Amino acid sequence: MLHKEQITNHSTDGHNETFVLNLGPQHPATHGVLRVKMTMDGEYITRAEPVCGYIHRMHEKMGENRTWAQFLPNTSRIDYLSAMHYTHAFVGAVERAARIEVPPRAEFVRVITSELNRISSHLVWFGAYLLDLGGFTPLLYAFDDRERILDLLEGLTGARLTYCYYRFGGLCNDVDEDFINGTRDFVHYMRPRLKMYRALVTDNIIFRKRLENIGIIDAEMCRKYGATGPVIRGAGTPYDVRRLEPYSVYDAFDFDIPHYPEGDCMARYLVRMEEIEQSLRILEQAVAKLPDGPHIGKVPRMIKPPAGDYTYAVEAARGRMMVRIVSDGKEIPYRVKLRTPSFANLSLFEEASRGMLLTDALALMGSLDLVIPDIDR
Amino acid sequence: MTAAPLEELIAVFRAMTESDNTEQEVSGWDEGAASSRESVAVVDHDANGWHLDVSIPLDRLVEAAGVLDREEFAFDTITGVDWIAAGDMEVVYDFFHPGRFLRVVLRVRVRREQPEVPTILHVFPGAGWHERETHDFFGIRFSGHPDLSPLLLPEDADYHPLRKDFTGVA
Amino acid sequence: MSIPEPFRLASFVVGIMAFVGLNAAYLVWVERKGAGRFQRRPGPTEVGYAGLLQPIADAVKLMTKQVIVPPGADATLFRLAPVLIMTPAMMCFTVLPFGETLTATDINLGLLMIFALGSINVMAIMLGGWSSRNKYAIISSARVVSQNVAYEIPMLLTVVTMLMVTGSANLNQIVQQQAGAFWNWNLFNLAANPLMPVTFVIFFICMLAETNRAPFDMAEAESELVAGAFTEYAGMGFGVFFMAEYANIVVGCSLATVLFFGGWQSPIGVLPGVWWFLLKLYLLIFTVVWIRWTFPRTQFYGLLNLSWKILIPVSLATVVSTAAVMKVF
Repeated sequence: MLHKEQITNHSTDGHNETFVLNLGPQHPATHGVLRVKMTMDGEYITRAEPVCGYIHRMHEKMGENRTWAQFLPNTSRIDYLSAMHYTHAFVGAVERAARIEVPPRAEFVRVITSELNRISSHLVWFGAYLLDLGGFTPLLYAFDDRERILDLLEGLTGARLTYCYYRFGGLCNDVDEDFINGTRDFVHYMRPRLKMYRALVTDNIIFRKRLENIGIIDAEMCRKYGATGPVIRGAGTPYDVRRLEPYSVYDAFDFDIPHYPEGDCMARYLVRMEEIEQSLRILEQAVAKLPDGPHIGKVPRMIKPPAGDYTYAVEAARGRMMVRIVSDGKEIPYRVKLRTPSFANLSLFEEASRGMLLTDALALMGSLDLVIPDIDR
Repeated sequence: MTAAPLEELIAVFRAMTESDNTEQEVSGWDEGAASSRESVAVVDHDANGWHLDVSIPLDRLVEAAGVLDREEFAFDTITGVDWIAAGDMEVVYDFFHPGRFLRVVLRVRVRREQPEVPTILHVFPGAGWHERETHDFFGIRFSGHPDLSPLLLPEDADYHPLRKDFTGVA
Repeated sequence: MSIPEPFRLASFVVGIMAFVGLNAAYLVWVERKGAGRFQRRPGPTEVGYAGLLQPIADAVKLMTKQVIVPPGADATLFRLAPVLIMTPAMMCFTVLPFGETLTATDINLGLLMIFALGSINVMAIMLGGWSSRNKYAIISSARVVSQNVAYEIPMLLTVVTMLMVTGSANLNQIVQQQAGAFWNWNLFNLAANPLMPVTFVIFFICMLAETNRAPFDMAEAESELVAGAFTEYAGMGFGVFFMAEYANIVVGCSLATVLFFGGWQSPIGVLPGVWWFLLKLYLLIFTVVWIRWTFPRTQFYGLLNLSWKILIPVSLATVVSTAAVMKVF
């Protein structure tokens, strides 16, 4: 763990002396390289300005100098914790553009793998958030559960984190019995674990005092900033791309959209914990209803979508992820735009954290579930 | 998808763009040619991913954003596109509705030599960061924006990487 | 055979320093193994059998690091702070009764002395943070001072209760009063103080807060303030702060053992001695470690609210109830 901070200027602000505290790019609480310049009045924040760009790799430019298929590995690296969703968005956009049919078996497997990825991403968030709050132990319990998902997906795709499993028209390879049985076992294993987390963490009085009524973000702020995912669902609006802009075969499944009206950190926490429960429901149904058939459809050798612009949105673990592609009929994209959820979720931090205490602002930032490569791309 | 709000929006935007074209499905599209697209077009969501496509003149942009704000749309993203062959830059604004299945796209076009677009930050504060990013990548100036300093590029960057004539940091 | 006084004192001084050093080093091992097992992993296993030589490896590493004094830091105070934090902890050990005849100095005001020395602890952390001239350290010092001041009050109130119950501030006498089987221990002495278990719980919580242990470790809240007051200390300077924290825990748990659990008295009434003292001591220390790895951290104002709004009124209530019971019965 690196300990680095810089002391910057000291300014006198009327009768208040404020100083600038730098939550530097290297800091235990910012998950990734994010710098937050905080102007503090004692323990209160008068202005918190996030400075990003430390891990900006310019994926959008990379989208302009390789073929459509060659861009697929890039999609996993944008948000490495929920990589399947990002690949899904890009693959979906190209399939929409080139009017490629995806066989039902492939769609079902896409749903299964996406939901498994959502659970593993939420488990990482859960552990890391508690680490921020000072409870070191749940991180390792969550990672224990996550190992099972990673083992399943490694057996299927060959990768533990940055999967590149979807192809235009379907999947890279078909699923086998081991994966189906493993998913079924995982669902049975995970349900009691969620009960344990509820007893040990959610009902813990110290934890509740840290999160209740802290960091209120209301639905109007979410709308103006484009914040989506658990942020807007924790503010009372049941907006989920899977329900309101259905894609793939999500309308074949019966699941709830958890949402809470309070808008505080606790609401966002509960939304994510219940999303894990709902993902388990979707997994059960998908595994039971998995149809037979081919795992990939008829796809031309070199994809050249017709000229035009197309979008495809998915519900990633952090919120609404949309890909907008502009094609000029060639095998190389003209423009690839990645609309990532953490970018919008962080943009409201400056307004939401005004006047908060440092501890509470960090609890708020953790509850936004930021992955910095998602912001910077 | 509820038809009523869509029709109201079509009427409002048509009045704004002074267009009296009849509705037409848009699926194909020529590179760089601005005039081949209707100003206000209904789009098939399965084909492209949104419902309403509005090409708006620069001076009505903030007003159009205000219309969407009143209809309780949420701000999605801003995409810049460099049409170097036509000498234009296009800025595409995406909006989604958090309560119903409705997606709207606003487009503006500016010349490449003088890319200036009014900011919609005062209507949708979330646009602040997206406009900074578009400025970083394309050099489009958003007039009225309080701070167009680089968001993702280094603080002293004076190049714009997503322009089609960008060949590397000189 | 009685040993001449200077030799007895010298052997005690050496013994205490060895005990403190060994405890500070091996409590780190207990903490890391405990943390590991609570988190479903083994903890250190590489160095020595079951990682038992790990503290020695850590000590060697810390001693070979360069001790950096940041430019602009107040050099005298910066170097003074680690000394100032270790000395009172060691001095408290001189009055603790480890066994029937194992007390370095048997003074009548042993209890008072421990609390007097404990207050110096706060000043040392504050000096360390303030002299570093580092914003994170200064915020941490301010938090430590307000936290410790807030928690000293209920602690002293519970000690006043115990003074009323035992009638003496001499720690050896307090232990001797609890002779017999375990129901004679002060913890179960409900005749004198009907709220005795409450008193113990308050004492334990205050002890956790005074030693800056989680869930009250705002001073070194890692994920917010990097390392808090100790951010600028490198090498053995940091090592001394670390050791002092464990020494303070040992002092606090020893005091709890003496006051509430009968010190070196055995629970079955036979064979009292130092081994019972050590057993009870280490069980309490294990509980302290257990609590650290189970709970998240409170917010700063939550901590202070707990002290001022809950612990002080409750400890005042125990004082009053003890006084009432003693007067009436």
